[in-house]
Amino acid sequence: MRRSVSIAGLAATLVLGMGALGADQKSFVVSAQQKQEAMEVKIDNFSFGPAALTVPVGTTVTWTNRDDIPHTVVSTDGVFKSKVLDTDEKFSFTFSKAGTFPYFCSIHPKMTGKVIVQ
Amino acid sequence: MGSKRKDEILHDHNHDGIDRRGFLKCMAWAGTGAFCVMQGGVLKSYSLSRLPKLGPKEAMGELSFVQISDSHMGFNKPANPDVAGTLKAAVDKINSLSAAPEFMLHTGDISHLSKPEEFDTVDQILKSATPKDVFYVPGEHDVLNDDGKQFLERYGKGSKGNGWYSFDKKGVHFVGLVNVMNLKAGGLGTLGHEQLEWLEDDVKHLKHSTPIVVFAHIPLWSVYPEWGWGTEDSAQALAYLKKFGSVTVLNGHIHQTMQKVEGNVTFHTAASTAFPQPQPGKADSPGPMKVPAEQLKSVLGITDVNYVQGQHALAVVDSTLA
Repeated sequence: MRRSVSIAGLAATLVLGMGALGADQKSFVVSAQQKQEAMEVKIDNFSFGPAALTVPVGTTVTWTNRDDIPHTVVSTDGVFKSKVLDTDEKFSFTFSKAGTFPYFCSIHPKMTGKVIVQ
Repeated sequence: MGSKRKDEILHDHNHDGIDRRGFLKCMAWAGTGAFCVMQGGVLKSYSLSRLPKLGPKEAMGELSFVQISDSHMGFNKPANPDVAGTLKAAVDKINSLSAAPEFMLHTGDISHLSKPEEFDTVDQILKSATPKDVFYVPGEHDVLNDDGKQFLERYGKGSKGNGWYSFDKKGVHFVGLVNVMNLKAGGLGTLGHEQLEWLEDDVKHLKHSTPIVVFAHIPLWSVYPEWGWGTEDSAQALAYLKKFGSVTVLNGHIHQTMQKVEGNVTFHTAASTAFPQPQPGKADSPGPMKVPAEQLKSVLGITDVNYVQGQHALAVVDSTLA
């Protein structure tokens, strides 16, 4: 208990200390601490952000395409595969097993990312 | 002859009178497409927007055709909210040619999202073009969701594998290749073993003097691998074409015009009929360049990169559509 409180305190300090960060990044830090069951990856400028995401088992990760060009989210090992996501479309997948899950955009394979499930 | 245009580069001949490759003409490409003419076994190409200025001698050859690319029908973002309109403009230019080209090549990304209605719209617009035959290769946007099944049904009759094929016109051997399927994480365009074997066999029995035109969506040369602008196994394909005296490679995908000469091979990329993309590395990503509507035509203008054999410099010629 005490430990989790101190982590929350640390996170709060971190957020305060990073006042220059954008609103998105702040909410990202907060949501990572408070709401572990849902996480977001944003697709911007032909890249996944964050490119590496660490989440606990059971987390649902949602990808949102914010580019003017369609993208996909496809697991390199065949674990998950989105349909084509046009602008602002989303894809979600719930990670029920621990492991590292590399993925890429099958249309623009230079775009790669990974989800580390612990 | 009239005044020499600024985009023409004459290479020093070797004074042997037979060096066809010694003569390179800078080829002008616009946002709308390219007019290609085979003269003495060497392919020359001109921007459609410059055709009115083209003399009859320059437009005449053994064979002429038109390349269009990257129509992206269905795209409706600010970079170009009217991709049907700009495709129609390209067709109008094709139809205004005094001598009708034999056929058209479409080097892929016909549609934006592989939707049947997007393909239908392009088919409808291209029906009004004077050349009746259109030869297609798929872009990655044409094979979304169904591994290219719909593309093959629509455009792949008589083709092999994922849609590759070859045909002959007036002594010129044309090869359409597919490099947008089965892309691997972190990689570039891919031809694959099966297609490469087919290519080797397809050109094996041709005379070395046969002019070859290869067309595929993603460039078959390394334009900018950081953005995926290249094909993993293109070197193998080009190795099979080494014995030929005249090889031209026509690609799309990068929505801008570039040219390069390497040995017996001249590489070209065509502009898009839909929207421009940034020059390699000149932006955070290869996404569509957004420009004000009144500026779209000028951005869809021409950037020619001309590589002249024997010189190690690229000559860049900029001009606009207007």
